[in-house]
This record gives sequence, structure tokens and C-alpha cells, in this order.
Amino acid sequence: SAVAITGCACSRTKTQRRHAAHFTFQPDPVPSQYGPTQKMNLFQSITSALDNTLASDPTAVIFGEDVAFGGVFRCTVGLRDKYGKDRVFNTPLCEQGIVGFGIGVAVAGATAIAEIQFADYIFPAFDQIVNEAAKYRYRSGNMFDCGNLTIRAPWGCVGHGSLYHSQSPEAFFAHCPGLKVVIPRSPIQAKGLLLSCIADKNPCIFFEPKILYRAAVEQVPEDPYTIPLSQAEVLQEGSDVTLVAWGTQIHVLKEVASMAQEKLGVSCEVIDLQTILPWDIETVCKSVVKTGRLLISHEAPVTGGFASEISSTVQEECFLNLEAPISRVCGYDTPFPHIFEPFYIPDKWKCFEAIKKMINY
Amino acid sequence: WCRTKKESIRLLKGLFSKNHSALLDWGARVVVSRSFADFTPQATFDIKKCDLHRLEEGPPVKAELTREQGLQYYRTMQTVRRMELKADQLYKQKIIRGFCHLYDGQEACAAGIEAAINPSDHLITAYRAHGYTYTRGVSVKEILAELTGRRGGVAKGKGGSMHMYAPHFYGGNGIVGAQVPLGAGIALACQYQGNNQVCVTLYGDGAANQGQLFESYNMAALWKLPCIFICENNKYGMGTSVERAAASTDYYKRGDFIPGLRVDGMDVLCVREAAQFAADHCRAGKGPIIMELQTYRYHGHSMSDPGVSYRTREEIQEVRSKSDPISMLKERMLSHNMASVEEFKEIDIEIRKQVEDATQFATSDPEPPLEELCNHIFSNNPLLEVRGTNPWSKLKSVS
Repeated sequence: SAVAITGCACSRTKTQRRHAAHFTFQPDPVPSQYGPTQKMNLFQSITSALDNTLASDPTAVIFGEDVAFGGVFRCTVGLRDKYGKDRVFNTPLCEQGIVGFGIGVAVAGATAIAEIQFADYIFPAFDQIVNEAAKYRYRSGNMFDCGNLTIRAPWGCVGHGSLYHSQSPEAFFAHCPGLKVVIPRSPIQAKGLLLSCIADKNPCIFFEPKILYRAAVEQVPEDPYTIPLSQAEVLQEGSDVTLVAWGTQIHVLKEVASMAQEKLGVSCEVIDLQTILPWDIETVCKSVVKTGRLLISHEAPVTGGFASEISSTVQEECFLNLEAPISRVCGYDTPFPHIFEPFYIPDKWKCFEAIKKMINY
Repeated sequence: WCRTKKESIRLLKGLFSKNHSALLDWGARVVVSRSFADFTPQATFDIKKCDLHRLEEGPPVKAELTREQGLQYYRTMQTVRRMELKADQLYKQKIIRGFCHLYDGQEACAAGIEAAINPSDHLITAYRAHGYTYTRGVSVKEILAELTGRRGGVAKGKGGSMHMYAPHFYGGNGIVGAQVPLGAGIALACQYQGNNQVCVTLYGDGAANQGQLFESYNMAALWKLPCIFICENNKYGMGTSVERAAASTDYYKRGDFIPGLRVDGMDVLCVREAAQFAADHCRAGKGPIIMELQTYRYHGHSMSDPGVSYRTREEIQEVRSKSDPISMLKERMLSHNMASVEEFKEIDIEIRKQVEDATQFATSDPEPPLEELCNHIFSNNPLLEVRGTNPWSKLKSVS
């Protein structure tokens, strides 16, 4: 699709066609251990998690811009009608205020679930998150904490988001001890991880891949369930290369793994990191010890992106096991572009090329 | 032989063209044509009085309008209107993608402000910026090409709808409220350089609740910066009405210690007089001033918002029929015999053609080359290498 656009741009008189996404979503198998399931897409699974929370925890409140009518991505549809306007309410347009207010709510003992409308808008709240939320427990010697705070934000590229509706800022927050940063890849994971974040006694940031809100549909359990934080999941076992990613990029890597198997006879182990901070060093290192090669991929720019942390730690722990330099297939070091998005994102061909180079090293 | 020069040329063209209907028109035209001498060259109109905050007197309640000015304002507003409607059409055809926030309904604000300030003054606004991009001197062609992401666009196709710039026009800013401290800074530069210029800093009713605005008000007032803060209150911050978002909807008073004016933003003359008053205030060294323009947008917040889930169609219709800025100006001029219906029609036809030509350009111009992806990240000499998706793929960045 990327080639098609450049090839015909000059003589094009009819509308351009772009593929809707650079991957195809494959649903996970239906979980049987959590009770009856229902077909839900990503935003519906979030609504279900929030519904469970508001039902079981009388102190839980949800607030943010436009959450009352259901949210710009429909994540909070029906909750205000069901639980009341003092539990699901709108804030004015002030991210710093939303998070600061959320910290206060959490410190006082209520479960606060704050929504930032797009992860790109989280920066006015950066000071509150990094300087207040993350350090509360530490600076008060465990007397106070805002562990009841969970911040949710739509995250990642969406095909037409451009500079301010496509960012993946997890690396900024990964640099801050005291926070937990979690990114699900699918509806089943999203509900379990969100409920874990809400239950977790530390301030958590939960990034939701917005491109998957409607595209990802799975059978999700209706009852509450939790998926443990800081545990990476091995989605596919393999022996030649370890592929690590989170969120949307996992689906790209799954396609890369089948391409590699088919075209190169290379067996790939695919790991979903899920929790960015604190991340599951053990699972990744165990896998690299087995395969000897590691590829990490994310949409955020490569310099200082979270792949650099993984790469650095893995080379410390598994230096002698590495058969080839660790490969990072990430976004370019530019602001997230408007028209150049298909060239910017680390799509499956770029990842495939990186695997080829590692195998032939 | 009394007719305008334009009409003469058209008729002569008609004479020599194969289409002889012009000749037939000739006969009809002689009866109804009007001459220059028939039109009123200037008239005075009553305009709404502005509400004042910490001001003894406000802008005048009468505005003078010459024929030329009227036609020029009409042309400006109609061009913005047609351009926005064309952008709407292109967006629905998926030729424009991404985010697109349209300005139709609010044209009087852009036209009125531009009429009151000089091209050497500065202006910065938020994302609903196509109108201001035009009034600050960018052609419709370049605006539409930027929307479609082509190399002929004003930002080389790299910015899109929310990021258009021009000399003395600082965009086009995506993050709500972030442009206001920038505007205060530009005003500081004007003061420091002593060039008698002002900075017009625009924001919306949603942004009025952002913390950084109040920081800007404080700095501007403390240092008496020549900054005109303008709140374009179109009654809705995305889908939230002002009553549900703000503890005080008197946005012209929100500057507290900064004097303020509340202005009818649908009347271009009102906006012009108020902006003139504000600019004089700043140039006289009296410090910043806040203007609240009460205006309305016909479209939803952006193209993904139908605009009718938080307000009724009747409300939109009412504003369109009673307070449309373009209609109001046209009726005023017609009722005072300052122009003819045909003249307005001619202007409309010209504008339509201009927008069509611009659309043609915007849809046929090639997209920027891949090399542009990495250009202009830093200012660098020599060439900077930018790391890309793989360790061996690097692009060059020139700037």
C-alpha cells in the first residue's frame, strides 16, 4: 500500500485509496476460566471493566473530558445513566487540572479513574504525574499514596492522526519510578489489565491503542477478572528470533512471524510485554538465551524509545548468548507526520527485513 | 454609456465570442444597469454596544463603511465560506484526511480583525485556523493543497489542517490553549523591539479554562504587553456547551485585572471597531486587553462531529437565517444602495471559480517527496542523519 501511494500520486484524479490498517487483527482464543463471554470490541471491553469497577467499588469515580455522554471513543457509554452523575462526570478542558484533581481524589481514599482524551494531550499533566503522583508514597515515607489513581488515554497511530492524535508517549513515563505503565493488545487483555491497574496500589497509566477500538473484536468475559501486571506473555514459541512489542505492534509482529516462517523458515518467539514499567526482564531474557536474537518494535521514535531500555538490559544480561546485534525497528526520529505516516511506521516489511539481516549476520 | 468597466469588458468579450447571448443580454442590461455614480460611496451604520469590563468607554456605536471596504469584506468572508464548504466536500470524498475544523459561521471575526490591524501586526490562533490563514495572506490554493497534503501547500504538505503558517501568522496550533503563552511572548518581542506592533492571540471558549491562559494574563498585565487576547466564544467547546464547562461564562471578564470587551462576533463592523479600539489601547502602552467575540459555527467541532447531538438543527438554522455574517453585510449594503445584487453575484461567481481552480491544484499537485520526512527537525549544518526504523536505514535531514 505504501508503494501504491507514491507510484500513482502524480496522475491521480480519483480519490486515493489507503488501506485501513497496516495489519489484520487476529482474535485470541476464547478464555474459558473466567465464566460466560460476550462479543466485544476494545472500547466495549473497557466499558465492561469500568462497569464492573463502579459496581463493586462504591468509591470509584470516572472523570475526564466528555466522558459523561460516553466519551469520544465510546468507552464510557451508559455508565452515567447507570451509576449517576456524581460518579461519572465531565471536567473542563484542563489536563493538568484533571490529573491533579485525580491525585487528590486518590489520596483521600476514593478510586479515581481519569481519562485524558488523547495521549498526545497528557503533557500539561506531565508535571502532576511525574512530580506528584509518582513520588507521593516515597516522599511521605508511605504515609500517603495515590495508588487509587488510574489514568487512561487513547494511544498510538490510527492512520490519519498526524502530529497530535497519534503519539506513543510510554517512554517518557517509563523513565519515572513510582508509576506503572500498561498497554494492552486486545479486548480480553485490556479488560483484565485495566482491572489490575485499578486494583493495583500504585498510580497506573493505561494506554489504549485507539486503532484497535473498533477493529479488535473478541469474546470477552462479562465478569471481572485480572491479568497480572509486570508479566510479559509469550504468544508464540519459537527457536530462532525473539520478537518483542506491545499494543498495536504485536499484531504486526505476529504477521511478521508467519512471514518469516513461510519465507525464511525462521521460527519466531513473539512476546507481548504488556507492562512497560516495571517490565518483565526475566521472560524476555530467558527467551533471548534460547534464541540468541532479539527484535524490538514500537511506533514511537527510536532514540530514547522504550526499545533502547530493553536492548540495553538484554545485552547486559545475555551478552554471550547473542548471535546478532539487537534490532530495534521503530519510528523515525521525527514528529509523527501527517502525510508520511505509511513511511514512518515500523510496518511488517521493515521488521521482516530486520529479521533477515539478523539471521544472516 | 454608463456602466462599470467590468461589465463593459464582459459585454465586449461577449460580442467577440461565439456565444451571442451576451448580445441579447445587452438590451436587457441597458434598462437595469447602474453606474458608479448611482451607488452610495459611504454610509454609517449603528452597531451593537459592547459590554465593558474595567473600561470607562468602549468602541464607538457607529461604524463607517465605504463601498470598497464593504465589497472587500464581503469578498473575504465569502471566500472563506466557500473554501470551508469545499474543504467539507473534499473531506467527505476522503481527499482530505486527518482532522479538519471548519470556520464557516465565524467569518466576521477573521475579516473584522484583519480590517483593524496592519499586516505587520502578529496573529496566532488555535486549530480552527483556515479563515485566519486566508486573511493573513495565504492563497486559497495553498490552503487547500496543505489540507490535501501536497507539496504546494503552505507548510509543504507536512502540517495539514491545524498547522498553517504565514509571515506574522503563527498558526495553527493543535494543543488547546498552548498558543496563548506564545502570543504573550510575541507581544513581548514587539514591546522589546519597540516597533509599535501588537499581537492578536485567539483562543476558544473551551481553552478559556486552561491554566496556561491565566499565567499568560498575569505576565501580560504585569509587563504591559501589547497583546490582544481574543476569545472566540462559539458557545460550544467541542460538544460541551459553555454553561457546562465554565463557572463564569463572561469570558471578557475572566482576565480579572485586564480590561475586557464583549463584542457581537457575527457583525464584521462591530468586530472591526472593537479590534481597532483594542489595537489603539495596546499601542498606547496601556497593556493587554481581552475581547470576547460572541460567534457561532455552523459545522460541528470537526468533520467527525455531525454537530447536532449537543444542539438542535433549529438553533443552527436560526443563527443562519438571522445572524449570518455574510448576509448581514450584504443586506446592509443593498439597503443603503452601496452595491447591486449583480455585483455580489459576480463576486460569488469569481470566488467559486477561484475555489474550483484551487481545488484542481490541490487534488493534482504531487505529494511531498520522501526526503521531506526528515527535513527541518533541527536547524543543522552540516547534514544531519536521522535514525530510522532499522539501524541501517538512515535518512538525511536538511534544514
